[in-house]
Amino acid sequence: RAIDEERKTTYKSVVKIQRWFRACRVRAYLRHLSKMAILIQKWWRGYLRRKHFREIVERAYFIKKLEFYHAMAVRIQKRWRGYYVRKYIHNFYALKKYLKAVSVNNELVRSELQEYAEMKENEEKMKALEKKEKEKKYEARKMHYLLSTAQIPGIYNSPSRKSPDPMELLLRKSKPLTHRKQQVDSPSAKELYDWPTCKRPPAFVTSLPLLPADRQKPQGPFRDAAEVLRQRHKPLEPTLRVRESMYSQPAKAREAPPREEWRNPMHDKEFLPFSSYHKNVEKYEPSLCKSGKYGQEAYGTKYFREVYPKKWIADKDFETLFSSIVLFEKFGKTYSSTGQIV
Amino acid sequence: NSGVVCLLRPLLLDVVPSIRQTAALALGRLADYDVELAEAIVKAGILPQLIYSLPEENRYYKKTAAFVLRAIAKHSPQLAQAVIQCGALEMLVICLEDFDPGVKEGASWAFGYIARHNPELSQAVVDAGAVPLLVLCIQEPEIALKRIAASTLSDISKHSPELAQTVVDAGAIAHLAQMIPNPDAKLKRQVLSALSQIAKHSVDLAELVVEAEIFPVVLTCLKDSDEYVKKNGATLIREIAKHTPELSQLIVNSGGVAAVIDCIGSCRGSVRLPGIMALGYVAAHSEDLSMAVIVSKGIPPLCVCLLEEHEDHIKAAAAWALGQIGRHTAEHARHVAVANVLPTLLDIFVDTRSSEDLKTKATLKNILQKCTYLPALEPLLHEAPPSIMKHIIGQFSKVLPHDSKARRLFVTTGGLKKVQEIKAEPGSLLQEYINTINNCYPEEIVR
Repeated sequence: RAIDEERKTTYKSVVKIQRWFRACRVRAYLRHLSKMAILIQKWWRGYLRRKHFREIVERAYFIKKLEFYHAMAVRIQKRWRGYYVRKYIHNFYALKKYLKAVSVNNELVRSELQEYAEMKENEEKMKALEKKEKEKKYEARKMHYLLSTAQIPGIYNSPSRKSPDPMELLLRKSKPLTHRKQQVDSPSAKELYDWPTCKRPPAFVTSLPLLPADRQKPQGPFRDAAEVLRQRHKPLEPTLRVRESMYSQPAKAREAPPREEWRNPMHDKEFLPFSSYHKNVEKYEPSLCKSGKYGQEAYGTKYFREVYPKKWIADKDFETLFSSIVLFEKFGKTYSSTGQIV
Repeated sequence: NSGVVCLLRPLLLDVVPSIRQTAALALGRLADYDVELAEAIVKAGILPQLIYSLPEENRYYKKTAAFVLRAIAKHSPQLAQAVIQCGALEMLVICLEDFDPGVKEGASWAFGYIARHNPELSQAVVDAGAVPLLVLCIQEPEIALKRIAASTLSDISKHSPELAQTVVDAGAIAHLAQMIPNPDAKLKRQVLSALSQIAKHSVDLAELVVEAEIFPVVLTCLKDSDEYVKKNGATLIREIAKHTPELSQLIVNSGGVAAVIDCIGSCRGSVRLPGIMALGYVAAHSEDLSMAVIVSKGIPPLCVCLLEEHEDHIKAAAAWALGQIGRHTAEHARHVAVANVLPTLLDIFVDTRSSEDLKTKATLKNILQKCTYLPALEPLLHEAPPSIMKHIIGQFSKVLPHDSKARRLFVTTGGLKKVQEIKAEPGSLLQEYINTINNCYPEEIVR
């Protein structure tokens, strides 16, 4: 029993040793396996990663290049935009120049306007002065009687003064004023001109020419002035021979008006030609030559009387009671003109 | 009123022409004086009688008949309509074709009064074919006729662009432009008003007016001794300037801005108003033009206007013009601020008596948003109401972080203390601005 137990214990210990050794072997094998697996995986992963790495490097390189290009492009654009804006869109110096030019121009305009205003003021002052002068002169003319004579000094020429008053000088210069109304144009002639249909004043003389009022009567045995003038302005009364001769001066003069009349014909409503009222009321009546639709109206050449059958008392037209002249029948029929039926 | 009209009516049909004339003259004077008399004349049906006999009558009768029509039509659109319905327009056109300048004057005056009321009546006048005849009238040598024809054209073209186009198509602009240098003041008034009514409707019409070479002749009108000539000249420039920047540029290049500024400086009252608005329009288009206005010394007269004038609309216009000048960049705002006008604007804004229109125009918002000129902002800080305060503080918060000298100034003038006194809701824009300002300073000072 002791050997049995010894044998059992040695068996157990052998089993233990063998077990342990097998376990070691298996462990070593497993270790080896895992090492191999790790090795393979290591190599494989390395390979994969290296492949990716190249791609990544490429990509990174590319991105770096791109970034570089972007940075350079930004620099270029920055420069360009600055230049462009400063030159074209918001050119500071041009703006400054422009503003300076504007202010210079403004000064110019202001000075010109100032001159213009001053000129206007001067003109007005001159006008006022002239008006005053005119009034003074008129007054002096009216008060001409205040002029001093040789014996009596006038009020403007008092003896206690050293020199006469300017009013006195003005009085000496001025012509005495008479209040007679001057007839510049005879009013009757003016009225007649105003009539729209009258072209010339009537031929008779309305008033004799006036003699100037302050004309001194000439000394000597002269005839009465009015008589002389009447004689001078007596209208011509030529003899019958002179009057009726075709080639004498009066006859030729008489001929001239008809030509004028032909040129400017007189008729009633001569001076109202543009009034649309007349356009509406007085219709234009075309002449016979032009009133046909396509040219000449046949009346006057083809037939000579318009017929109104409705107005006939009997039912027949007039009949020619005598034979027509043969020669006249052939009128228009001897030769055939183009398009016309013979 | 006591049966006068019925008494005069048979006299109009009298055999003797001078009785007819005098009766018509009496009717005209009655109608001229009172609206009711004019209505009585229309109701009595006298107008057809007056008008039918018109073509055969002599020129004195035509003149008086035109006077009657004008006296009736001037009171109201309804009376003008009644005048038209009697067929007056054709007869007035016949009068316009007459040789006598007095008759033409009466007829164009009547047309002017009819066309004045509303666009439909103007259209009726144009349809009657009056416009070419009026343009012919303008070319006549008599000054009175020119005046009336110009005022009629002005009344016709003021209503709508189509009517203005009709007037332009008749070739009116060239003749009107030729008459600008004329020495007669009343004629210049009418001519300038006609051109401005034409130019106001659209860009094309304004360009047509400008092409008639009115610059720089128009500038001499701004120096005229007559107030209304100046006013109408300024109106013309305003109507041209308001359309596009190019037209404003043209005005600036021809020195128009300087002339307008002088004109504003020399006038008083509502005559200044179109000039102020012209400056506002020019400055509104672009910052270069606004700078040109500043360079031409435009701001001082505007400030003077703001201070001196009593009427609200002129003040509002001046405030608006200053706003347009100052709103473009900091430089512009600085020029406006330097002129010491911001306190005045603030006073107007705060003043309870100023009208709504004036208040809205006087908002400093536009100028303040660009203003970096701190010495001008300081006095505003003390008096401004909250709506303005926001912008002022905002501006301070933009400038102070960068400028140390300004910071020192800000503290010494008591600005920082004022800022602390302002209560703002947390999270609002105002609070942010205040925080930004406070962050510029060390803590002890803020306490």
